[in-house]
Amino acid sequence: MTANNRVVGEQQQTVLSVQHIKKKIGKKWIVQDVTFEVKAGEIFGFLGPNGAGKTTTIRMLVDLIRPTEGKIQICGYDVQKQPEQALAYVGSIVENPEVYTYLTGWENLEHFARMMPGVSTARIAEVVDTVRLGARIHDKVKTYSLGMRQRLGIAQALLGRPKLLIMDEPTNGLDPKGIKELRVFIRKLAEEGMAVFVSSHLLSEIQLLCDRVAIISQGRVLAVGTVEELIADGTNYVVWQLEPRAGGEALLIADGVRLVEDPDNVLDVAILAGMGDHAIVTIMSPDQIANQVSRLVKQGISVESVQKINPTLEQLFLEMTEGEGIE
Amino acid sequence: MIPLVKNEMIKMIKKKRFYVILLVLVVLVPMFAYAQLKVSMNSQEKYGDDWRRQVQQGITDNQNSLGSDRVPEEWKKYRKIYIQQMKYYLEHDINPQQTGGVSFTREFLNNAATLFIPLLIMGVGSDIVSSERTTGTVKMLLTRPIRRWKILLSKLITLLMFVSLIVVSAYVICYLISGLFFGYGGFNMPVLTGFVLNGAEVDISGVHAVPQWEYLLMQAGLIWFVSITVAMLAFMVSVLVRSTAASIVIMMAALIAGNILTNMASAWTSAKYLFMVNLGLTNYLAGSPAPIEGMTLGFSLMILAIWAVCSLFVSFLVFTKQDILN
Repeated sequence: MTANNRVVGEQQQTVLSVQHIKKKIGKKWIVQDVTFEVKAGEIFGFLGPNGAGKTTTIRMLVDLIRPTEGKIQICGYDVQKQPEQALAYVGSIVENPEVYTYLTGWENLEHFARMMPGVSTARIAEVVDTVRLGARIHDKVKTYSLGMRQRLGIAQALLGRPKLLIMDEPTNGLDPKGIKELRVFIRKLAEEGMAVFVSSHLLSEIQLLCDRVAIISQGRVLAVGTVEELIADGTNYVVWQLEPRAGGEALLIADGVRLVEDPDNVLDVAILAGMGDHAIVTIMSPDQIANQVSRLVKQGISVESVQKINPTLEQLFLEMTEGEGIE
Repeated sequence: MIPLVKNEMIKMIKKKRFYVILLVLVVLVPMFAYAQLKVSMNSQEKYGDDWRRQVQQGITDNQNSLGSDRVPEEWKKYRKIYIQQMKYYLEHDINPQQTGGVSFTREFLNNAATLFIPLLIMGVGSDIVSSERTTGTVKMLLTRPIRRWKILLSKLITLLMFVSLIVVSAYVICYLISGLFFGYGGFNMPVLTGFVLNGAEVDISGVHAVPQWEYLLMQAGLIWFVSITVAMLAFMVSVLVRSTAASIVIMMAALIAGNILTNMASAWTSAKYLFMVNLGLTNYLAGSPAPIEGMTLGFSLMILAIWAVCSLFVSFLVFTKQDILN
């Protein structure tokens, strides 16, 4: 399929297009206005805290939930109006990979293969190979570990050679090694031309994995862009440890440096850990650090440490959502 | 459509629910057969081989009780009908209590039609959709490039096939096991049918004898119809209720309520429009009085058909429209 795209000269073909979708459940708007596009060959991250409307949005993408308003197109087909055409291009794992535990892995794959056109036994064997489940594929799924079920879930999603792979929280329940393997695997799929849509609340994961991200909170998309673009917009923080603290702080303020009142809300707690109350978090350009240090030293303030914080997605996210619950 | 039905068949078999149902039959039938054996041994002791004396005794006992003020009117009605039927048997020299594998099967299924068979049907019907929701696999089913109504239809077809299989298995298992107790004969024994009830009177003008095998076939047809109706209702509940346990409880409550209402021979006549009181189709064949005035075989068939069609309509409407939120 990649070859085809190149012939047409559209390497960045839009696979998934979501236009102003909204969903009202009961009296509450769970999703208020979500718009984004995913192109062939890219890994798109969908970020948001629990309860932001991620899962509801994903369910709308695969026709499990009907949007109240808005339009979703996959490879040019409207998901609501032409589900048979649109869903033929999609492989998905919505939340946990729930398969039939009383069937074997192979029987599960056969079951799903019967539900789509043109999946041969050879293809099933091929995906089993791809996810390296060969040794246990004829065992009942109830005997599988969570990681193996996860891989079986990926296998069933790949059966129909989808152009779009949707994964909801794929790293849930995986150990660090499994997460790393998954990352390599997803990267490989994208290089082969597949569009991969990954939702997560784990920002560090997404930052390592994704080309572009959308940040969603309370049912709205707050930002869409490449990871670099989004981070470039981020604020530069500098963390100081000064002795005496009060004197140093006063000097910094006197020179017009902005102090952050409540650093827990904008910075990763890991950065502040171990500094206790001594840390002074400021917003300033990194090239001012040297100047400030010499000023402070001249005034008799001892500088115990200065730390420049490189902006991360996590920081950006905390700023945008103002410290709303995030792990 | 065929691959979809194949999927559902595989799941149904691998869930082993059907084997449980067969096992229930294999365990229960011998118990009833043994009880029946005891009963016939007792009457053998009392009356010897003279079945006429036994039937006559039954008629006399019932006639005596008719004079008593302490017997409720409702019961008297039943007894009058019973007396008339027994007299008819005597006159035509047919032993109504003759035992045999085939007679036992007929009697057993007559009694099983309103509660026991429907319970078995629920065993496969109640969770056919709700189990997919309980385990979350419904998401895997509905994200395929297949319209939802096709998925539901494949489940319905599978359910109807298994319902038919259950009815057939009930007959086969019952016959095979009871044959061990009573012998395998009795296919050509004449059985009277065609009693028409007019209030407390029995109209015997239409009564005729049919060979027992023919009676069994008619009975099986009626039981199959009842089973299909119960299956479709269970199917609807299974679509509407997310939890398998809740879906089984709802259906069971409805069935048992029906049995209670029937036994109350209720004065509440509009209860006859409820599906649960119309499950005793085989009673029309045997000539037992209908639980509520004004019920006939045609009426009950129609009521059941209406309930079945409505529940199918609701099932498909809800399943194709609903949001899968969990």
